[in-house]
Amino acid sequence: MKELLKVLIVDDELGMRLAVERALRNYIVSLNDLDVEVGFTVIQTATGEQALSCVASEHPDIVLLDHKLPGISGIDVLREIQDDNADLLTIMITAYASLGMAIQATKLGAFDFLAKPFTPDELKSALRKASRHFVIQKQARQLAEEKRRIRFQFLTVLAHELKAPLAAIEGYLFILRDRLAGDDPAAYDRIVERSLTRIEGMRKLIFDLLDLTRIESGQKKRELAKIDLAESIQMGIETVLPAANERKIIVTLQTPGSFPLIADRGEIEIIINNLLSNAVKYNRDGGRVDVRVEERGSQLVFSVSDTGIGLTREECARLFGEFVRIKNEKTTHILGSGLGLSIVRRLARLYGGDATVTSKPEVGSTFTVTLERESAPIA
Amino acid sequence: MSNSKKVLVVEDDPDCLDQVSLLLERAGFEVIRAQGRAQGEEALMRTRPDLAVLDLMMEEMDSGFVLCHEIKRLYPNTPVIVLTAVGSETGMDFKTTAGDAQSWIKAEVMLDKPVRPEQLDAAIKKLLAE
Repeated sequence: MKELLKVLIVDDELGMRLAVERALRNYIVSLNDLDVEVGFTVIQTATGEQALSCVASEHPDIVLLDHKLPGISGIDVLREIQDDNADLLTIMITAYASLGMAIQATKLGAFDFLAKPFTPDELKSALRKASRHFVIQKQARQLAEEKRRIRFQFLTVLAHELKAPLAAIEGYLFILRDRLAGDDPAAYDRIVERSLTRIEGMRKLIFDLLDLTRIESGQKKRELAKIDLAESIQMGIETVLPAANERKIIVTLQTPGSFPLIADRGEIEIIINNLLSNAVKYNRDGGRVDVRVEERGSQLVFSVSDTGIGLTREECARLFGEFVRIKNEKTTHILGSGLGLSIVRRLARLYGGDATVTSKPEVGSTFTVTLERESAPIA
Repeated sequence: MSNSKKVLVVEDDPDCLDQVSLLLERAGFEVIRAQGRAQGEEALMRTRPDLAVLDLMMEEMDSGFVLCHEIKRLYPNTPVIVLTAVGSETGMDFKTTAGDAQSWIKAEVMLDKPVRPEQLDAAIKKLLAE
């Protein structure tokens, strides 16, 4: 990336202004670590009065400001321009550097000092430092802006996801209130069932949201202890068993033995429950869910394979994002908050691992989570 | 209201689709159900509906508007009702900008979600009487 910074030199000596211009004309600062090249254009004024109007109209990024000027002093100029332009980088040029002046200028927001007379190299070195500061400041601002944008987007989708079930339930209540579903009581039973299902979905979304917020904020106190992953998986299997039995889906842990790791039990359960309940929900009737654990170096590798509807490569790529739900006729009646897998991935990363998926449409998917066995010391 | 007029309902939420369909069937219409924009487009290739009821926010924020444009291009005389629950999310205020927005939205009526049976009834009566 290239940046062109505008430098204003304020000095009553023409020779000084020309020397600065000459030194910077073809000077390029390469900030390799930030991936930016900085070049300069130089504008100049001879007095403080001109400098003030020039800053207002030309908006320079860096000001080289002589301390001793014929009219208003450099310090007064500094005070005014820093007041109005907090991000402006002012480098004071001074012949008789006194400590008092330096302190005063720093308080007013001066970025740096150059002692007169200075060599072109000293000038360049000061400009290099200011450029780096400028670029970092700019990138930080962009990052903050991006964060705000993502946050807004998240809230927008969240609002929609919460309003959709509300609208559905309210719609059913209108129908019940006005007895619009005809004379068959079964029709009313179905309406009540669907309403309850949508409420359950909403509750799940709210719980997932709380999980996500806790992970994000790091506020939840993690209780790290030595636990057995196999034991947690067994418990997880028992939780999904009723739903699996209903649709004749077999759920098994394929790998015997114990797999100790240091973790927060609650967090590990969130990972397991999300993957297992997905594997059942998106399976076909009479299908299978196979869970495997293996040790690989310092990590445990935990995988859940299903014989379900599967995913295309494109769907796999965006599956772990927030509020990503693959919508098609096969998934339309399956409840989900769209947050589960994003939570799984965040948690896995918290344990120095990751969550990934491989899949084949109509055949099934395998979700794999890696976890460092000792990602954190026991508290 | 004359009977067996065809109404195309496009909604990606299965429950809302059921509800609107039920209300319309009660009023004696033949309902063509489509869950999402793609199914809606397919249905439009096969039949010319006498009226269309579209959800605004389906796969995309503005799926309903896009579909609305297609309907008007294919069947300029088919009135369209667009259902929205998105005022606060998109920052679009359909009520105050009605005149202006109407010219590009092209829908005859915008209804807030959830749809109140009496509002849907009234809107349809008005549209089909015109």
